[in-house]
Amino acid sequence: MTAFLRVTQAIIGREFLRFVHQRERFIAALVRPVVWLLIFAAGFRAALGLSIIPPYQTNITYETYIVPGLCAMVLLFNGMQSSLSLVYDREMGSMRLLLTSPFPRWWLLICRLIGATLISILQVYTFLAIAAAAGIVLPAWGYVAVLPSLFLSGLMLGAIGLLLSSLIKQLENFAGVMNFVIFPMFFLSSALYPLWHMTESSPLLGYICGLNPFTHAVELIRFSLYLQVNWGALLWVVGSTVVFCALAIWGYDPARGLMKRKT
Amino acid sequence: MTHGLTVENLSFRYGAKTVLDDVSFTVQNGRFCALLGPNGAGKSTLIALLTRLLVSSQGTISVAGHDLRREPRKALGKLGIVFQQSTLDLSLSVRQNLAYFAALQGIPKTEVPGRIDVALDRLDMRKRADEKARVLNGGHRRRTELARALLHDPQVLLLDEPTVGLDAAARQGITEHVHDLITTGLCVLWATHLTDEVRDEDDLLVLDQGRILHRGLAGHSRGDHTLQDWFLSLTGTSA
Repeated sequence: MTAFLRVTQAIIGREFLRFVHQRERFIAALVRPVVWLLIFAAGFRAALGLSIIPPYQTNITYETYIVPGLCAMVLLFNGMQSSLSLVYDREMGSMRLLLTSPFPRWWLLICRLIGATLISILQVYTFLAIAAAAGIVLPAWGYVAVLPSLFLSGLMLGAIGLLLSSLIKQLENFAGVMNFVIFPMFFLSSALYPLWHMTESSPLLGYICGLNPFTHAVELIRFSLYLQVNWGALLWVVGSTVVFCALAIWGYDPARGLMKRKT
Repeated sequence: MTHGLTVENLSFRYGAKTVLDDVSFTVQNGRFCALLGPNGAGKSTLIALLTRLLVSSQGTISVAGHDLRREPRKALGKLGIVFQQSTLDLSLSVRQNLAYFAALQGIPKTEVPGRIDVALDRLDMRKRADEKARVLNGGHRRRTELARALLHDPQVLLLDEPTVGLDAAARQGITEHVHDLITTGLCVLWATHLTDEVRDEDDLLVLDQGRILHRGLAGHSRGDHTLQDWFLSLTGTSA
């Protein structure tokens, strides 16, 4: 058991070291949601009417509405960034070191996923601090209560990234992922507008948004920030995490998976 | 005597293309076996199978007596690997790279510093232990990788064209060092397409188009020819 903890610590530690060495990435990852919060939201506020919907009990500003979505956005981009670095690691060879360790491969991949998620959470809290400095303050205990939701959502999005990294043959193909995965996931969700708004405009798009795991991650985070549990969203996120983790581990299985042409 | 590395009836296909066809060989403990083959012969695929990056349903691989399919953890734990492509994390120091690997191998924390010092001393790299891998030259990076591959006292050492990209002096240094290692009882499989890295007393496997064309002692195999000429005539290709 000690050896398992050691390998967990080492893989997570390496993720942190990598993070420390790539401070530009940290800043870039923060600039994105801050720009949305301070510029996009300011411009969009007038265009979008918000009714009082759970978990909110009073009228809220548009900036307040999109904070949970932007937290999830940080997790989404980081999950994909992490999968990009996995593809890079594979091309550069360092993934081989991990995959030839005598520890079970699924465990090694989960450890890496946890490491990347913890770093994403650090970035989310930094973003929340910036939001608070800009006047968007959430319930004090909400900052604590949201932690498990952030962890779970980060794992789910990281698992999607892990699965994608097992499917992507070359680093160059990654741009396609950005266009075909990240943007649809983000815009077809409740991150920027409540689902009823989308359903009003197009029932089909509203239905698709309802199926999008990212929507449920956003709602899970939103409710947690206001000290409530959205059980439906929790179930979706847990279920999606399990499914995507299983598929990703299958993708990296040397016998059955999709690594055959890429080693 | 236990066999270091045993491969029996191993075949592998990428789709319809057969990359390895019924490959069988044994490398005993304390032997240096050169796996010689032209580019595209299937050497890297064989190494990927031996390191479980790929798995074939046909054939068996046994590392230090452990079947790679049935006991992958035990088998991989006995294996030291130097890949053709560098697998160092360039942003980490030499010591950090080795410590990370030690954790991946499950070496107890208390043993790690001592083992790293011994491994680096063996390759005369200790004075560079705190330098970032990025600032090392190609030869020193390779030495670091070799030190790392020996950190967990493996019984079988696999090297996939480990001298690619090195200058003549570094190439000679690494080749000599690995030859010296077999005196400790280590079993070495050295994949290469460069005949000057093979000594007469080495075991020799010639792989071409996925099949073992020849196995024997290098000196006996080449007879009165140079190994290069003999190899070219055997494979009918340029090395």
